[in-house]
Amino acid sequence: MNPVHQASPLAAALETAGAWVLALLWVLPLTYALWAAIHPSAYSAHFVLTAPLTVENFVKAWNAAPFARYFLNTFLLVTMILAAQLVLCTLAAYAFARFDFYGRDIVFLLVLLQLMIMPDVLIIENYRTMGALGVVDTIPAIGLPYMASAFGIFLLRQTFKTVPRELDEAARVEGAGPLQVLLKVYVPLARPIYIAYGLVSVSYHWNNFLWPLIITNSVSTRPLTVGLQIFASSDQGIDWSVITAATLMTSAPLLISFLLFQRQFVQSFMRAGIR
Amino acid sequence: MHGLDRGAAKPPPYQYAAIAAVTHLARPNGTRFRMTAHIHGWLLLLPAAVLLVTFTHYPAVATIIDSFFSTPRGQQTAAFVGLDNYQAMLDDPVFWRALGNNIVYTASVVPLTVALALLMAIWINGKISGRPFLRMSFFTPTVLPMIAVANIWLFFYSPGYGLIDQVFGLFGFTTHNWLGNEHTALACLIVVAIWKDAGFFMIFYLAALQQMSPQLAEAAALEGASRWYFFRRVTFPLLAPTTLFVLINAIINSFRLIDHIVVMTRGGPDNTTALLLFYIYEVGFKFWDTAYAATLTVVLLALLAVLAIGQFVFLDRRIHYQ
Repeated sequence: MNPVHQASPLAAALETAGAWVLALLWVLPLTYALWAAIHPSAYSAHFVLTAPLTVENFVKAWNAAPFARYFLNTFLLVTMILAAQLVLCTLAAYAFARFDFYGRDIVFLLVLLQLMIMPDVLIIENYRTMGALGVVDTIPAIGLPYMASAFGIFLLRQTFKTVPRELDEAARVEGAGPLQVLLKVYVPLARPIYIAYGLVSVSYHWNNFLWPLIITNSVSTRPLTVGLQIFASSDQGIDWSVITAATLMTSAPLLISFLLFQRQFVQSFMRAGIR
Repeated sequence: MHGLDRGAAKPPPYQYAAIAAVTHLARPNGTRFRMTAHIHGWLLLLPAAVLLVTFTHYPAVATIIDSFFSTPRGQQTAAFVGLDNYQAMLDDPVFWRALGNNIVYTASVVPLTVALALLMAIWINGKISGRPFLRMSFFTPTVLPMIAVANIWLFFYSPGYGLIDQVFGLFGFTTHNWLGNEHTALACLIVVAIWKDAGFFMIFYLAALQQMSPQLAEAAALEGASRWYFFRRVTFPLLAPTTLFVLINAIINSFRLIDHIVVMTRGGPDNTTALLLFYIYEVGFKFWDTAYAATLTVVLLALLAVLAIGQFVFLDRRIHYQ
């Protein structure tokens, strides 16, 4: 929309109403879950303002499954993947952006292939590979297929290409080697992109489910998503209040940081999306 | 040491530049510098390349190879079976069902998600009141795990008890087992997928809209163009590269993301919600028929490859990877 077009007041009001109806529909599922989680089971589908508040559902959920361990596993997993991605993608992006080596263009196309054929669809063969490497049911096995991220390489390459050559050459004249130039010139200039990529990566892997479900089978390796699913599908007497409490609990760190840093989140996702 | 014979006659002046270029290239120092660029480039790339080859390129190729072999069981090793797995696939009604479901699912989720994403972005980019609230509510599902989303919606859909049945109950409808019914189960999953992803794709449109020059709108207003006309003739065409990007990613997501199916229906009732990747997962990790699962994966890879080629042909002219 734009400042100049003047729609009739009625049309504008209708449009605003439409946007609000959609937005309310969009928050409804989450509010409903929140309602169920903070009220006793008897009120989970019974909406009266006098319903007593409780944290008991959260306590029950926390005690019913090893969520503390799952939180730790997810934290380790996400950190490990992000650290590896930052190093690997930075090096590869630097190579693609500033080195004229044999086969660069064809190799770059082969890298981009991963944007289409993601590890998520290669579960059968990757499971076999993990078996051969003897790492099934370990946290690194969950992360390995994602560490060399085509998306990260692409994003950083685009950024590095915008760095003026003069800066690069000035650093070289002063005697800096390729790695020093990378660390002193390129990486600091790409900081906003690193933050954007980091946020996207953390939310992706915090939420990832299918591959971790396949490759893990013990409490000490399962991330939150898999733990939640096992908790929710085992017989809890279908106590929705407890299940929604567990659901909200596992999403809480991302959800709360999003609500606190909304602008940064949206900006980061936008930055990662512009190519 | 230059490669030219010093005793030879002086070349005419216009050749100097060429000679300078040739001798420069031939200088040992120059050669070494170019060599190091190759070596440094490959060394920097190596760690990422090893992982990419191991977990993307090798498995893609191995999938195709394995689809021509039988599943090794116990003492029995894999034997070459030619096209047997493919024949079995063509005769497998569940495969056709899953493929059909996936087509219906993709054809419903993708256009609706993209249209909603565009609408949301236009609203949020404008001067509508309550923008922060709108932005928050549209984007929030994006940061939630699909698995959490699915659990919340499972509660939503639960017969008699969930919110949807309660609302319908107010109008005198009887309870309905939304996810247990063959006619409604897939639609329920489609709604969940749209709810989860529309806000995500909204971001890409929002980014594109913010880069558009406001002068375009001013010029159009001076000409007396209506908003709809302006959108149809200016905004939408200018957003075409974004739309293409969003479309392709939405299609990939519709083949890639099956978390909600594992939680909500497990492919049922009667395979009406089995998508292709879900069926691969079942064949591979429930029935442990890895060869057949590889054969099914080949179909999925072929679909994604067609998409990749399509994007390449389309985008090549528009987006320059420079």
